[in-house]
Amino acid sequence: MTATDSEIEAIISTIFEYYGYDFSGYSRASLNRRVNRLLELGNYSHVEDLLSRIRHEPDYFERVVGDLTVNVTEMFRDPQFYKQLREKILPIIGTKPFIRIWHAGCSTGEEVFSMAILLDEHKLLEKTLLYATDISPDVLQTAKKGIFPLRQMKQYAENYASSGGKEDFSKYYMANYGLAKFEDRLIARMVFSQHNLVSDRSFNEFDLILCRNVLIYFDKDLQNRALTLFDDSLPNLGFLALGSKENIKFSVLSHRYQQVEREKIWKKLR
Amino acid sequence: MEKAALKLVVIGGSAGSVDVIMRIVPFLPSDPDFSIVLVLHRKSSDDTTLEDVVSIKSAMKVIPVEDKTMLETGAIFIAPSDYHLLFEPTGELSLDVSEKINYSRPSIDVSFESAAAIYKNRLTAILLTGANSDGTAGLISVKENDGFVIIQDPESADIPFMPANALENMTPDLVLDVDGIVNFLNSGF
Ligand SMILES: C[S@@+](CC[C@H](N)C(=O)[O-])C[C@H]1O[C@@H](n2cnc3c(N)ncnc32)[C@H](O)[C@@H]1O
Repeated sequence: MTATDSEIEAIISTIFEYYGYDFSGYSRASLNRRVNRLLELGNYSHVEDLLSRIRHEPDYFERVVGDLTVNVTEMFRDPQFYKQLREKILPIIGTKPFIRIWHAGCSTGEEVFSMAILLDEHKLLEKTLLYATDISPDVLQTAKKGIFPLRQMKQYAENYASSGGKEDFSKYYMANYGLAKFEDRLIARMVFSQHNLVSDRSFNEFDLILCRNVLIYFDKDLQNRALTLFDDSLPNLGFLALGSKENIKFSVLSHRYQQVEREKIWKKLR
Repeated sequence: MEKAALKLVVIGGSAGSVDVIMRIVPFLPSDPDFSIVLVLHRKSSDDTTLEDVVSIKSAMKVIPVEDKTMLETGAIFIAPSDYHLLFEPTGELSLDVSEKINYSRPSIDVSFESAAAIYKNRLTAILLTGANSDGTAGLISVKENDGFVIIQDPESADIPFMPANALENMTPDLVLDVDGIVNFLNSGF
């Protein structure tokens, strides 16, 4: 079945009423696809059945959040982006005595582990804390284990090498029963917690904030809300990094941020 | 909603389709009353190359799509690789990194279906050459929403599989070779 516009509205308002998660500012085309996929996977023939489960089963609702959001991610996605982090950004923030980085919308953590590896190779890991947040509790559970499918390591090793990585990528994990378990000393520098960009506030100040491929799921107003939150969490000369097809050009931040080079990394101006 | 009033052509293609596009764009009107969105399967490393060559050959303005790019009349929009491209009720284009479909991202089906839901009978969908079955389901949904469907004549296609697969599963309004597609786009349809 496919949900009608008014059924989608009913789902959005039920979720808001029962759990306080507000999906009304999400890009509608993608949200429609997610809802229809959820109805299909759950074999629903009436939207009312889904609504009733959402109302009565909080555990099930956590899964719904995971299904409504898109959690696809990769290590070293867009190698050129990581190359710019290595060459241009880390040398600058590396001069600080202590570094704080925020991954907003970290999904299952691949991006956070990629960053920890970069920091390690620049001898900055020990003085850095990586804050990794997401709206979905499910993905955070996966992220904090640092265990990813082994079959993806070949692709990740290639991405790593194109990003300028010189080591043997396999030194960062132990392979076992089809899984790759990343080193505990990487995990030791990470703090995972649930945080909703729609409704939660700034919780610290950071030298670098990464929010990649999350804003594509928000409409313009909600994007501006999230960008303001990042602005509140960045000191002057702090850095903001977005996904490769996201832009702040037409946003509330455009005039106070300067793009560093070709990649989607901006510096907050004084 | 106002922006969604425009006349839209969405062209989907896979293997061999860049050559077809190169044969179409030099002959497009310079200030048409429609806009074109290209959804082609290609490697991410080819992104800027395709944008450059289309710009050089075309009299229409060429706009590489980023998230929430606003559609405007008279321009050619090019979908980036590695993202699905969706059409919003606001007239904006949005991007999505969800799972590949038929081994493809962008998925032509996803773009056709999403355009059909918004643009209805103001949409023309054109499916070109390719080696997989992407596009067929999307064209069916375009027809269900009163849109206009053109399939490249498999005989004129570099790789006939994709248009042939669509033809086996649905009835388009027109089957055209590359010159036919050029003439159609100049016909004021
Ligand atoms: C496509 S993933 C991006 C993962 C990673 N940053 C990357 O680029 O590979 C999008 C993530 O954003 C999260 N997300 C969606 N809405 C959110 C919100 N309101 N607050 C925080 N995270 C959100 C989703 O749960 C999902 O894990």
